[in-house]
Formats: sequence, structure tokens, C-alpha cells
Amino acid sequence: METSARLRPMLRAAAFALSAFGAAATFGTTARAADPIKIGSVVSATGPSAFLGDPEARTLKLYVEELNKKGGLLGRPVELVLYDDGGDANKARTFATRLVEDDKVVAMVGGTSTGATMAMIPVFEEAGIPFVSLAGGIEIVEPVRAFVFKTPHTDKTACQKIFEDMKARGITKIGMISGTDGFGKSMRNQCLKVISDYAITVVADETYGATDSDMTPQLNKIKNTAGIQAVLNPGFGQGPAIVTRNFAQLGIGLPLYQSHGVASKSFIDLAGPAADGVRLPAPAILVGDKLAASDKQKPVVAEYKASYEKATGQPVSTFGGYGFDGIQLVTKAIEKAKSADPKKIRDALEGTKDYVGVTGVYTFTPTDHLGLGTDSFRMLEIRKGDWVLEAPTR
Amino acid sequence: MSEFLQLVFSGLTVGAIYALIALGFTLIYNASDVINFAQGDFVMIGGMGTVFLMASGLSLPLAALIAVVAAVGVGLLLHRLAIEPARGASPVTLIMITIGASIFIKGVAQIVFDKQFHSLPAFSGDAPIPIGGATLLPQSLWVLGTAIGLVVALYLFLEHTLVGKGLLATAANRLAAKLVGINVTLILAMAFGLSAAIGALAGVVATPITLTRYDIGTLFALKGFAAAMLGGMGNPLGAVVGGLLIGLLETFGAGYVSSTYKDAVAFLMILFVLFFLPRGLFGGRSVERV
Repeated sequence: METSARLRPMLRAAAFALSAFGAAATFGTTARAADPIKIGSVVSATGPSAFLGDPEARTLKLYVEELNKKGGLLGRPVELVLYDDGGDANKARTFATRLVEDDKVVAMVGGTSTGATMAMIPVFEEAGIPFVSLAGGIEIVEPVRAFVFKTPHTDKTACQKIFEDMKARGITKIGMISGTDGFGKSMRNQCLKVISDYAITVVADETYGATDSDMTPQLNKIKNTAGIQAVLNPGFGQGPAIVTRNFAQLGIGLPLYQSHGVASKSFIDLAGPAADGVRLPAPAILVGDKLAASDKQKPVVAEYKASYEKATGQPVSTFGGYGFDGIQLVTKAIEKAKSADPKKIRDALEGTKDYVGVTGVYTFTPTDHLGLGTDSFRMLEIRKGDWVLEAPTR
Repeated sequence: MSEFLQLVFSGLTVGAIYALIALGFTLIYNASDVINFAQGDFVMIGGMGTVFLMASGLSLPLAALIAVVAAVGVGLLLHRLAIEPARGASPVTLIMITIGASIFIKGVAQIVFDKQFHSLPAFSGDAPIPIGGATLLPQSLWVLGTAIGLVVALYLFLEHTLVGKGLLATAANRLAAKLVGINVTLILAMAFGLSAAIGALAGVVATPITLTRYDIGTLFALKGFAAAMLGGMGNPLGAVVGGLLIGLLETFGAGYVSSTYKDAVAFLMILFVLFFLPRGLFGGRSVERV
């Protein structure tokens, strides 16, 4: 009596699952033309990473709407299934499972932070669904995973861009002062890995805490190290602004290189006049209106900036650009594959060649799922409170 | 030599900020035996308040004044709404209350202000002053000057005014103070208001150097607490010496040894004090007076 009472709901659930499965099997193979193509997304639209995830979410919604106005893909409408993980990697993973099992998405664009992306990767890898991440960490695409791609450049690319510039200026000995937060640590390691390719050596290697308010002791040490020709500061947040101020205070007088972590107007505001002369790699979107007319990215960046700002009333950001490139790469792959089959979309994605995006020009290969070279970065110099685009150094 | 001098300048500037926060700890601890971990948030209110008032078009002195007054208001509310109702609770409970208040203030600050870093322009320019091969920012002089000024003013207030003496009397023995007709509740509220004002002023003068954000108070509270412990909890002179010492130790540690362990200095000092100098450097004063 008691067991059957307990069994009944289970049986009911099993029956329901079976019929659902059967329905999916019959309808799934003979998808009607009007069935939407479902693209999944999990971003951190709220929480501590909201300044990254919010523009991503807005961009994804905007472009899926535009796509549907133009008639969708393969004659079918596109449906964006968007979840907000609030900056929590555990939630991201739960949503990823839901996207795969309940929503039956055919591709995925999202993952605001490296942590959330790493938490979701196993779900999509196992389900065999292509996943284009919007997070920066190099571990997402190294080692290469069959179904995982990403759009933002990595800190390794930034290091290479900086060292190219240093090499062109005849700099061989540098001092480094890095933040001890995740971003600073990771970029420091990547820089040290590639630095020998450029015949540059680090003769002073200092660090600072992410919340430190004074970096003069470290910079003083660097200043008093013989033979230093330039200083590089991998960092994010307020640290680099204080480093820049202290650098000016000590009158070090060498070129100061910052990372793409400070590629925003707020850095110039925080660092004040001390920012004058700081050099940094940054994506094209930051200097969209200053790009040469012949620049391949100019029209793409201008179009994205105009439509984003019109639709949201907010200034465009690098992070929304990652979302733009992600959704474009996926939709173009679906068009190219002429199918909404995840495996075929993946193959088409991997065959992406010379796609001109907001962030850079992508060419994926079976061994490179980032597909961006150092030319995806522009070398900028800050002069009188504004970015100045430097001529290519090569 | 110039390197040594540079480190001294740097250490004294940072140390002076810690000293002001430690002073706030001391004042409240003396009057009410509460260790107020929301002390760092007064610093944040001072800095952030000034930033946002200036952005709305006020001049720096006026913006700073309103921000300090606002911080005093928060300090009084903290006392009235959180500390006073829990009168007689154990010190641990009171500490938990202040930590809770600190979290609450940070939460409100995220909504009232925003989550970005902000800065103030230096009061008298950014041109570094060269001294003996090292450089000093004019803003550092503002920080040091404010610290010295506040310490002197506090000393004069405590030792030479009736209200100040009332505060000292309350600190020494609350019951006795009450018996001789001192309004103890008022004195305690004043202690909270006063230390909020000191913290907020520290925030205003330090922001051009340290930048500010809604959550910057936590680190300041920890460093200020370490300074107050080192100097001897409850001793104003100790708070100042402790703050400067921690600032200098951090700076020399980072400059001569390694910058990796800079933040550990303050915590190592707390452990050192707990093990070897339970009363701190100047802690002998807290003996019962008759």
C-alpha cells in the first residue's frame, strides 16, 4: 500500500518522460520550418561582474532581434534563451545543464567570467554543443577543446603586442610591477612565458596587492635598478591608476606600459595628468572614430557602436563587443552549415576564416580556437587625457 | 640615502592615514569599550561623499564639509540604533554589531553611490616636491598636516575642555561619571560622532592619494585596528605612533625585502602584540584610577 503510493508519482514521471522523449524523437527529426533555432546564453548581467555581463546581455538580445527582423536563420526564427548567473559559477553550471537538457539549444554564446566558463565547459563538451565563451582566460582554449571557442583576446596576446612595441623601440631591459589579483598574476605569467621571443629581459619584478594605496616603495626599487629602459604593469582596477600616479611622482621618466585591463576612460580619470604618455594595447572599439578609413574593422566597429548606443542609450564597451562577435560567429556558422545540427555548426565554426569582428579578425583552426593575432590589438598612447592611435610598429 | 628618504615619506603618508583611523578606534573604545569595525567606512563616506558632492557642482571645501557632517550623522545613528539598544551586551556581541553595521553601510553606499573607483583632484597640485633626491607629493603634506592638526586638537579638547574631561571621566569609570552628573549617553554619542568626523576627514584628505570605492573601508579598518592594537588600545598617542609604525614597516618591508608580503605586516604586528605586548606599546595607562 505504502510502496505503491510512493511509486505512483515516480511511474507518472517516468511515463511523462517517456512520452516527452517519444515526442521529441518524432518531432525532432522532422522539425517544422517554423520551429525556432535556439541559441543559449548564460552571462553575469547582475552581481560584481555586471559591468562586463550587462552590455553582453544587451548586445545578444539586440542582435537576435535584428536577425529575426531580417527573417531569422535558414528560414526559421532564432530564439535566445538567456540566463543570468549573477557572477556565480555554480549557478552558471546549473543553467548550462538546463540549456542542454530542457531548452535543447543548438549553440551557446556566453560565460562572462573565466570561472563561469570553466564551470560550464564540461556540460557542453559532453553534450557536443558548440560553446563560444566571452571570457578572457587563456585556459579556456589552451588546451584546445573540440566544442569550445572564445572571442576576447587573451593576456598572452596583450603581452606579445606590448613586447612587439618595445622591441621596435629598441628596449631590451624592463621592470615589471604586477598586481597580485587573478588578472595581474595570470598576465605576469603569460608575459614571462613569451618574453624571451623578443630578446627582452625582466631585471626587476615587483608586485602589489589589489587594494594597496601606495606603490612608491616598489617603483623606487625599480627606479634604482640599473639599466631599466621601460616599465610594464599588468593589472586591473585601481592599482594601475595608483602605479601611474606614483610613477609620475617619482619622476622615473621611462616609458610606462599598461595592460588592456585599463583600456577605459575611467582609468584616465583616476590617473589624472600622470596618465600622459602611458602606452597600452587596446581593442579597436576604443578608438573607433580614430581608425584609418582603410581599416577593415572600421565599418564593423562603427555599425556596432551606432546600433548599440541607439538601442540602449549607453556608451559602447569592449565587453559588449565580445558578445557581438560571439553571436555573429555562431549565426554565420549556422548559415554556413545550412543546418541547426550542433556538430555541423561546430565544424562550420572551426572553419571560420577572416571574419572581421569588433574585437579583431578571427580565423579559427583545429589547433586555434581563439583565432586572434596581435593585430587585434592597437597600440595606444594617452596624451592630454585622450587616446592617440599609434602607427603600427611593423 | 635618497631611497631611504623616499620610503620614509611614503611610509609616513600611509601611516598618517592609519593613525587617523586608529584614533577613531581609540576614541570609541575609550568611551564605550566598543571596538568599532565600521570605523573604516567613515573614511569611505568622507571620500565618496566629497567625490559625489563635487560632481554635483559644489566646491571642494563645501563638499568635504557636508560629507564630514553626513559621516557624523551616520556615526550618531550607529550609536543610537545599534550600540545603545545593545547596552550591556558582551564585547564580542558589540563587535559583531559593528561588523554588521559595516556591511550595511557598504550595501547602502553601493546604492547611493556606485561600484566604481573614484578620485579627487589633489588639493594643491600634482607637482612633486623634490627633497634630498626623493620626492614628496603636496597631498602627502595635507595628510600629515591633517593628522598632526587633529591629534593636537583632540588633545586640547580632551585635556582642556569640560566636555573633553567628561569624556575621559566616562572612559575611566562610567558609573562614577554618571554619579557626578555627567550625561553618559550624550558623551558616548559624542564619541561616535567625533570619531566619524575624524575618519571622514581622513577619507577626504587621503582620497587624492588612495582613491576610494564603496568597499575601501574594510582594509582601512583592519590596518587602523592593527595600529591601535600596536599602540595600545585606548591610548591616543599610541594610536598615532602605532599607525606611523605600521605605515613605515609596510613601506620598508616592500622596499627592502619583498612587496609580496606587504599586507602581512599589519597582521604579523597584531600577532606579535598579542604574544609579547598584550597591552601594546603604550597600553600601561588603562590601570584603574581611584
